[in-house]
Order: sequence, then C-alpha cells, then structure tokens
Amino acid sequence: MESLSNKKKQLEVKPLNFWERAYLPTIAKGLSITMSHFFKKPVTIKYPEEKREFSENFRGMHSLKRDEDGRERCTACGLCALSCPAEAITMQAAERQKGEENLYREEKYAAVYEINMLRCIFCGLCEEACPKEAIYLDGDIIPSDYLRKDFIYGKDKLVEAPLNQ
Amino acid sequence: METIDLLIKIALIVIIFAISLVVAMYSTYAERKIAAFFQDRVGPNRAGPWGILQPLADGGKMFLKEEIIPTNATGFLFIVGPSLAILTACIGSAVIPWGQNLEIGGRVIPLQVTDINVGILYIFGVVSLGVYGIMIGGWASNNKYSLLGAIRAASQNISYEISMGLSIIALLMVTGTLSLGEIAKQQHGFWADGYFSWNVFKQPLGFLLFIVCAFAETNRSPFDLPECETELVGGYHTEYSSMKLGFYLFAEYINMFISSAVMATLYFGGYNFPFMDMIHSPNLVAILGVVALFAKIFLFIFFFMWVRWTIPRFRYDQLMDLGWKTLIPLAIANIVLTGIFMTFFK
Repeated sequence: MESLSNKKKQLEVKPLNFWERAYLPTIAKGLSITMSHFFKKPVTIKYPEEKREFSENFRGMHSLKRDEDGRERCTACGLCALSCPAEAITMQAAERQKGEENLYREEKYAAVYEINMLRCIFCGLCEEACPKEAIYLDGDIIPSDYLRKDFIYGKDKLVEAPLNQ
Repeated sequence: METIDLLIKIALIVIIFAISLVVAMYSTYAERKIAAFFQDRVGPNRAGPWGILQPLADGGKMFLKEEIIPTNATGFLFIVGPSLAILTACIGSAVIPWGQNLEIGGRVIPLQVTDINVGILYIFGVVSLGVYGIMIGGWASNNKYSLLGAIRAASQNISYEISMGLSIIALLMVTGTLSLGEIAKQQHGFWADGYFSWNVFKQPLGFLLFIVCAFAETNRSPFDLPECETELVGGYHTEYSSMKLGFYLFAEYINMFISSAVMATLYFGGYNFPFMDMIHSPNLVAILGVVALFAKIFLFIFFFMWVRWTIPRFRYDQLMDLGWKTLIPLAIANIVLTGIFMTFFK
C-alpha cells in the first residue's frame, strides 16, 4: 500500500562484505570516534561549585519578605496554608504587643511559620494567594540533609535578613 | 644461594607484588576516569584532588561491607573461588623480565624473579588456572546466573586459549626459545640487522591474534560475556559481596596488568627502547628500561579500556564463531606462513 506521508523508506539489507565481516575496519572507526570525544570538554556542571543559570521564573526556596522599614509583612492570615495543595505550610498567629511596631507591620503576625520542604511541590500557589506580598519562592535549590526533621524550615531560615543593619 | 641473594629476591617479589596491586587499584580509577572522558564526563573527582583517593575509598568500602554467604552456597568452595582468582592473577608476574640486570657494588641484581626456561608455558598454565577461580565461584554460588556466567567463562577461555597458543607457536618459531628473559634480550634496541628488532614487526598477524585472545582471556569487553550485566545480573559474581567480590574485580585488573606486561614483553620489546645503545651507563639503561616497559604496559591498559568503552559485547554465537572459525584458522595460517618465510628467506 502507498504510504500516506510518503516518508516511508524501503531499507535494503545487504549481506556484509568482507571488510565488514572482518570487524577490524569498523572497530578502528569506532575507536577513532571515541578518541575524538576523549579530548572534548566535558559537558558536566560540577553542581555545588558551579551552578546552571536558572530561568527568571524559577521557583526555589521560599523567603518571607520585609517591608521598606524592615518589618515582617506576614500577618498570619493562613491563606498560603489554605492554598497549599501539598499541605506543607503551618503557622501560629500571635498578637503584636506594644513596642513591637518596628518588627511587625500588621497587628497580627506569625509567631511560628513552618514549611515542610519535603512536602512542598514548589507550585507557587502560596505566592499567588498572599494578599500582603509576604512570601516569594525566589531562593535557591533546597540543600540536601540527613534527617527528615531538618527539612521543616522555620522562621529562622525563611525570614529575609533584616535591611541594612 | 647466599642469604643476601635470598633477601634481594624476597624484596623483588614484595616490590613486584605491591606494584601489581597498586597498578590494579589505580586501574579501577583510570577505568572510571577514562570512561568519563570518552563520554564527555568528568569522572570521580570528590575524594582528594581529581578524585585521586577514590580507589582507597572504594577499597575501604569493600572491606566494611557485610559479608553474605547464601544459605544454599557451598561454603568452602564459595571462599576458594575468589582466593584462587586473585592467587592465579598474582603469580603470573614471577617470570616477567622487568628490566636488565642492575649492578650495585659489584653485585648483579636481575630484575626478574625467576628466568625459567619455559616462561611462556608457565604463563599459559597460570592463565588456564585462572578460569578455575571463576568456575568454582560460579558453581559454589548455587545460582543459575552465576553458573551460566561461569560456564560462559570456561568455554570462552578454553576456546581462545587454543588460538592464543597457536599464535605463540609462530612467535616461538621466530625466537627459538620459551624463556621470557631470552625473548626480551633478543629484541634489543629498536633496529638491528636492517630490520626492526621488536617481534611485533616480525609477527604482526600473530600479535593481532594474541591481543584479541588476551581480551577474551581477561574477560574484558567486547568478550565480557561471563559477567554480562544485561543478561546475567552479575555473572559468576552475582552472589558475592564484600571483599570476596572485591577480589574478583581486583583479579580482573591484575590480569589486565599481567597480560599487558606479557604482550609488551613478547611483542613490543619488553624493557628495550629505541637508541638504548647511546646511553653508556648500564644501570641507567636498566632503570630507563623499567620505565619504558611500564610505559608500554600502561599504553596497553589504556588500549584495553579504550576498546571497552567503544565496542559493544559480542553475542555468544558470534564469540564462538570468531574463536573457532576465524582465529584458529588464521593462527594456523600464520604458523604456515612463518614457516615458509623462514625456510626461503633466511
């Protein structure tokens, strides 16, 4: 039958000629090909020392942002935890006391904010859900570790470093 | 024999033993590095600078692994297998002439453990014993994959030993001696009596046959059917763990080292190198000769690895076809041609 795409190619299986059956010329050809690769530059990126460039919308480790006065933006509304499809986020809210206005922007803040990095799927829905622009996945790849408990990141790892201090 | 001579011999044996172990150890590292370079990768580079300590780490790992002897395995033979493999791999180095005689303080020190007059036959005997290690190990594991691998190894080694022996016969017709020390001496320099003195130029076909058989005897790719991962899990060492596995892997690399040394001695002039007559200090010549021999050995080891990372494995019937229908007739033709040549042109 005619093939519709007209791309069908009839292959002819010829019996091997003497030199092909003698292996050696083809082996020499193969050896020369591998030798040409021997002197090529390796394509490896040696990961911890070298890093591949990420795309602009790469989603890595989360960071909890501060506002222009260096106060934590998060108000512990829980929308990020609610939007999280992997249920990786938990938090405990607390009320801002007198004299803490320079630490927290809103009257309520997250006393405990934990993300389980083993659960997180880095979808970025928390980022979209946040009304206060407090969480962004703009960090690096999560580093490896030995224990499961060390993958639950608290505020010590997530909150952005204080501004110019 | 004087005590001092005995001590020198013992020292020589220990040095050669240590060198073959170190070379085998670093062959594993070289294998991985070279494989990486052939595949545009970097290779092991974490343990020490450029990964130079990788073999030590591997060895340490092998020693610390749990030692498992399967319930249905034959306990005694299971241990004899790898021991025999490494034993036969190591004792081959005894007859190889590593260099010319050294002269220190009027005492002549031969750089060859023993120059027995049947050196080549000794090598052959040892190489044929090597298959017992594999066969016993495969049999004692009581596992079908191990047994299949062992049977493959045995039949492959037996088939290729024939053509290897035949290719050697043609060489013996040229050299007229079985002693490796004598053969190395005959290839003095590089150019003598209007022709190259190395045997590879007198026996090119014989060398080709020998190197193909050497690949098969050491179970290296493309003849690595005994441990064919894709079909037989791990071949004859499927059931082995810990240092017993390490011994099998180690034996393969020592075999490679020894067969490279044999090839260098028989065909590539051994410790001889071009223009060696221009150096007048005999001790310097001897030391440079050792260096030259090791350079040749390392080139052969590199060639072994180069081939391994280039050519796919033979199918079993192709292996047997090549051994029986191609190499043996070629080897016999080589003998006849050598005979005709020697009769009419000498």
